Amino acid sequence: MTQAPSLAIAAAPAPAAVPASTRGSERVFAGAVTGAGLIVFGLLGAIILMLVLGAWPALTHFGPAFFWNPVWDSVADNYGAGVMIFGTLVTSLLALVIAVPLAMGVAYALTEIVPQAVRRPVGIVIQLLAAIPSIIYGMWGFFVLAPYLAQHVVLNVADVFVGVPVLGKIFDYGSGNSVFTAGLVLAVMILPLITAMFVEVLGATPVILKESVYGLGATRFEVIRHVALPYGKRAFIGAIMLGLGRALGETMAVTFVIGNATRLSPSIFAQGATISSTIANEFNEAGGGSLKLAALLGLGVTLFVISFIVLSISRALVGRRVEN
Amino acid sequence: MSARATRRKAINMIAGAVAGGAALLSLLALGSILWTLVARGMPALHFSVLTTSMAPTGENGGLANAIVGSLIQVAIGMLVATPIGIMAGTYLSEYARGSKLGDVTRFVSDILLSAPSILVGLFVYVLLVATTKTYSAYAGGIALAVIAIPMIVRTTEDMLSLVPVALREAAAALGAPKWKVVTLIAWRAAASGIVTGILLALARVAGETAPLLFTSLGNLNWSTSLDQPMASLPLAIYQYAGSPYDDLVQLAWAGALLVTLGVLVINIIAQLALGRKR
Repeated sequence: MTQAPSLAIAAAPAPAAVPASTRGSERVFAGAVTGAGLIVFGLLGAIILMLVLGAWPALTHFGPAFFWNPVWDSVADNYGAGVMIFGTLVTSLLALVIAVPLAMGVAYALTEIVPQAVRRPVGIVIQLLAAIPSIIYGMWGFFVLAPYLAQHVVLNVADVFVGVPVLGKIFDYGSGNSVFTAGLVLAVMILPLITAMFVEVLGATPVILKESVYGLGATRFEVIRHVALPYGKRAFIGAIMLGLGRALGETMAVTFVIGNATRLSPSIFAQGATISSTIANEFNEAGGGSLKLAALLGLGVTLFVISFIVLSISRALVGRRVEN
Repeated sequence: MSARATRRKAINMIAGAVAGGAALLSLLALGSILWTLVARGMPALHFSVLTTSMAPTGENGGLANAIVGSLIQVAIGMLVATPIGIMAGTYLSEYARGSKLGDVTRFVSDILLSAPSILVGLFVYVLLVATTKTYSAYAGGIALAVIAIPMIVRTTEDMLSLVPVALREAAAALGAPKWKVVTLIAWRAAASGIVTGILLALARVAGETAPLLFTSLGNLNWSTSLDQPMASLPLAIYQYAGSPYDDLVQLAWAGALLVTLGVLVINIIAQLALGRKR
């Protein structure tokens, strides 16, 4: 799409016969669209500037240790992002570990097994699910998933791992509101998004490639495994990164179910906190100009850096077509 | 049939079964969400929810002020975002092809498109709330605009790039200046796609909660003054869902159902508009 020939014709210098008013309108219009472009261009810089400006007191007060200090103590006015960075990464990775295989399965079923007639409606349903506001996923997690997990899953799983060296710590006894629940809700939330992208990538495999391998006697699974997967590898990884980007920054779906405990625990069934859940939870307790407010904005800077890296990688891999 | 062929067929069958299982499991989870939403939202969705303002527990409050607040802030957001988004998308498609500034702007817009919405809330807090010393509906609307702009930029640029070059050349050959080619030919040809983009952006910001937390704050009372804290549907849901009172939790579900229905209806309209085009 970026290859459209440039419209040199209209941009050529206007002949003398063109009335001055036309040239004036042209200049006004070109100026207006360029100005709008510059606003968008400046927006990202403005966001970075404002976040860093607001976070500056905390960043200078705590130094670089802010980014790994695992203490968040409102009473002692001592703040570090360690626990939240940990929680953000663990919940997001959990979400990917759960959602990616499921999305792959759904995409495979949709492109290869389900009859042609059903595909378009199902595709539209997936897009609609991706549009449901994240707060709905959070409420579902809080009122349905967390009580269910607390009753039927957490204790049973923890029972199995009692006394096992490392796993016993990871699957220690906990509650329904936990890092694990947050990861699960995130997984369900990014599932439609990743599935839609996977379906698009699978559909982008050239038919002639697939058919020549079918012609050699390959099964459907072998065609996907050995043709479509390698062919769309970059796009698949890019789609996963985009899902990761969505999970990292999600606020509402996580805040409802993670329990918002700002202390470090190795157990995935323990309550935890992510960067965004901490910001959402504690912002209104922080007075204007306080160190806590600056520390919360510092968390914002941290989240920005993490998301920026992930999204840049995603964009480099996918290009622009396959998303949203 | 050789043993090897049998094995390969078996693997194929298993893969199909696993994929089908994954699809069923996904449908189960997503179906559970929709079911919960309807089962808990419908009984709570009385007409009075739409006509009475939020009230403390036991006083039969509704969500009217939150609904109106949402409409106002979304309107502010879209009024700001639509012209900027369309113009910037036009810039990228028609004026910045191959230019360095255009490439960087495109990259920035793409990053903004997927950036965590809570950061937009923090940004607007520092920019407008900390400086004016008050939470306001303006600030909420601006935060929503920042989220909508990159979406509109993206669809506008994509839709304009689908307009055949021959169409523009024909207009240019008749002596139309470039701004007329863009506004009368390219915009008109891409109109349904651009409208779809605007509708999708509208649906997205209507359900946003995080950017409003620190900008419009929410308001339990009826208020339509733009320089005061204002209620909104997603914020009301957030406040009520965590409350210990049953009647407020029920209202939260009613609000959740309303928001989701609104978002889905706008999405379906957008899909229909686009479907006719493609």
